[in-house]
Formats: sequence, structure tokens, C-alpha cells
Amino acid sequence: MDTRNGCPVIEFHLDARSGVSPYQQIVQQVRQALRLGLLHEGDQLPTVKEAVERLAVNPNTVLKAYKELEHAGLVAARPGIGTFVTRTLSDASLAAHGPLRQELGRWLAKARRAGLDDESIEALFRDVFRSSAAEGVA
Amino acid sequence: MTAVVAADGLGKQYGRRWALADCTLRIPPGRVVGLVGPNGAGKTTLLRLAVGLLRPTAGTIEVLGRAPGDDAGQLGRIGFVAQDTPLYPALPVADHLRLGGWLNPRWDDEMARRRIAQVGLDPRQRAGKLSGGQRAQLALTLAMAKRPELLILDEPVASLDPLARREFLQLLMSIVAEAELSVVLSSHLVGDLERVCDYLVVMAASRVQVAGEVDQLLAAHRRLAGPRRDPRTLPAGQEVIEESHTDVQSTLVVRCGGPVLDPAWTVEELSLEDLVLAYMSRAREQGPADGKLSVLR
Repeated sequence: MDTRNGCPVIEFHLDARSGVSPYQQIVQQVRQALRLGLLHEGDQLPTVKEAVERLAVNPNTVLKAYKELEHAGLVAARPGIGTFVTRTLSDASLAAHGPLRQELGRWLAKARRAGLDDESIEALFRDVFRSSAAEGVA
Repeated sequence: MTAVVAADGLGKQYGRRWALADCTLRIPPGRVVGLVGPNGAGKTTLLRLAVGLLRPTAGTIEVLGRAPGDDAGQLGRIGFVAQDTPLYPALPVADHLRLGGWLNPRWDDEMARRRIAQVGLDPRQRAGKLSGGQRAQLALTLAMAKRPELLILDEPVASLDPLARREFLQLLMSIVAEAELSVVLSSHLVGDLERVCDYLVVMAASRVQVAGEVDQLLAAHRRLAGPRRDPRTLPAGQEVIEESHTDVQSTLVVRCGGPVLDPAWTVEELSLEDLVLAYMSRAREQGPADGKLSVLR
């Protein structure tokens, strides 16, 4: 097992009510960890056996997720050893994450003070996101 | 590849009632198969036929290419845990393992001891003093330590609390990840099976309603909602599993060969639970296998 300070690098979790299939959730969690810089090149993903024991899922579910990640060129399987990260999704922008996160936190606090509930906040964010994406295209 | 379970026109009759009727089924090897259906659907009957505890009234069944319960060799290839996880209450855990070693030529004692330690069972504890979850774990360990090619579990988690359920399924999946074997387990709750199974057999009203790879089943079913419409006007290749109508709207669950192109429909994917429920409610409307009218509600 690959460890940093004795702990596995990442652990998977499944949300039964998300409507996203378990294998997709595993793919998303790896991609997310790569994007946030939690996983680096050379890090080992949980072995199939570890993931299966933790999640109580069918081994094929984990294999399918790892195959898709391999196909995307993000990880490589070393037979008999495990699956390792070969490319990360974080880039130079990672350094900007900290300040942006702080700013977003402050914005969220402001939105709550103004009386918005979680649903309104999400709707507002998605709406602004979508219209600014549309502007970018136009 | 040979099917691990192959049934043709299989049926079992008790008095005038068919507990299982007209069951034709091919289960491919290397799968974790979920047998799901309401209580009384015929799941236990099918499993008991598969291990040779029952003889068919009609049709045939082959397990791992041979008639079930033929001889000791055939019995050794199948691990079976019955619904009530029968153990010897007065015997300690360690004696169950010793007994298993005496009775099974291919017994893997190292594996049995490792599993017992892994789940935290005390070898000196009498089986009668174990919790429900521990009993289930011991029964599963015993069934596995004979190194079967096929493991059959009848409602293994039905009587367990949520934590014991999770722990049992974790143990089962870690076994599946290590050993090359096929598993068939039954449950009346699809939630238990959703994560662990890659093949599903839905039973209701003494019959197999649908069977297939979970991924393929999900890909082949859709929920359609749109303006009210007679389902008989649907294109060929769209089979209605469940329908409900208001004055203006129709909601259908269909099995479809290809994409649904009619723009009048709002097309949604189904969860596994909704898919199973659609087949169960269809079976209830069609009535029981013996064809007699009966009060359903």
C-alpha cells in the first residue's frame, strides 16, 4: 500500500443517492483529487482489494473505473503491484486556488447573511456560471 | 463458457401451487448475481433446487455443468449458506473450523483462520453466543473455506442490522476480489444488492421476470413521460413494462433496443431499484403463476 505518513493517499466513498453510478463516482473522485493536487504523479491508488473492502462494492466496479482512468491516460496499472498516477490534472493555476477559495468563502458568508439558502446559492452560482460561459463563447 | 446455472423450463410444485414455474435461465460464470424479488417469489425454491436440496417437478437444472447434488464431488464445488445461517450453537468457533476441515477435502484452514481473525471473532466463543452479524460471518467463512467454485447465499443479510450488513458485504467482496468464483445471493431488498452485484435476476409471482448484466439492464430501460398516449402505438422494439396514465399524461417504463427518438417524450434513465419495482408491479398485475384469480390487495 502506498502511504504518506502511514495513511493511504486517498480513500473512496460512495453516495448511494447521487444517481451517479458507483464506477463513475470513483472516476470523479480520482479526477477531483488530481485536479485539487491531492494526488501526484507516482502516487498509488487504493488496490482493488482495499477499495472493495472499504466500499463493499463489486470488484468489477473498481476495475471498470481504473480502466477508464487508464484510458484517459491518468493512471497506469502495474500488474501484480497496483495502479499508479501517471499524470496530474492540476496545473500552474493551483497556486491561485488558495486566494480564490478564501474569496469564495467570503462571498458565501455574504450570501448567507443576505438570507440566501443553499438551494438559492447553488442556483445563483450556476446561473452566473452559465451566462459567463455563454459570453465566453459569443 | 459454461453457464454456472442453466435452467430449462424448471418448475417446482407444492400441492396445487407452483413455487417456481417455467424458469429458463443462463447465469454466466464469474459474476456476483443478485436474485431479487418479494418474499414468496420463488427465490429460495430456485436456490434449493440449485444445490440439490429439492428435486424439480418440471424441467431441468444444471449447476457447473452437472445435475445438482449428484455426488460428493459435485457438492464440494458448491458453497451454500441457508437463510437462517445454521450453525452448531454449543460448538465454539474453532470447532466449527475443525469440523469443516474433517468434512471437506479441499478445506483451506489458513484462509478460514485468517478470515475469522479479520472479522474479529473469538475462536473460543460458542456459536450460540454470537451476534447475528457474527453468525453470518462465520457461516460465510465456513462456506468459503471449502474453496467452492460457486457460492450460493440465501438472504444472507436479511436479518442483519445496517452495520452488520455492510460488514458482511465487505467480507464477501474481499473474498470475491481474492478468489475466482461465482456468487449467487438472494435478497428482497435491491438496495443491498445494488453495489455488490454485476448480474441481476428479478423474480416475482414464481417466475423470472428479467435477467441480465446490471449495466445492460440499465442501458436498455428508460422512463418516458409525455402527452397521454396509447402504449400500443409505440414503435416496435419498445416493450412497455409499466404504465400509468392521467387524463392528459402518460408515464411509461419501457425496455428499448435503441435510443428513444420521439420528441414528444421526456426520456429519463432508471435507477436499478425503479427497474426492479417496475417488473415486480407488472408481475403483480399479471397475477400468480397458477393462473387462478386471487385477491392482490
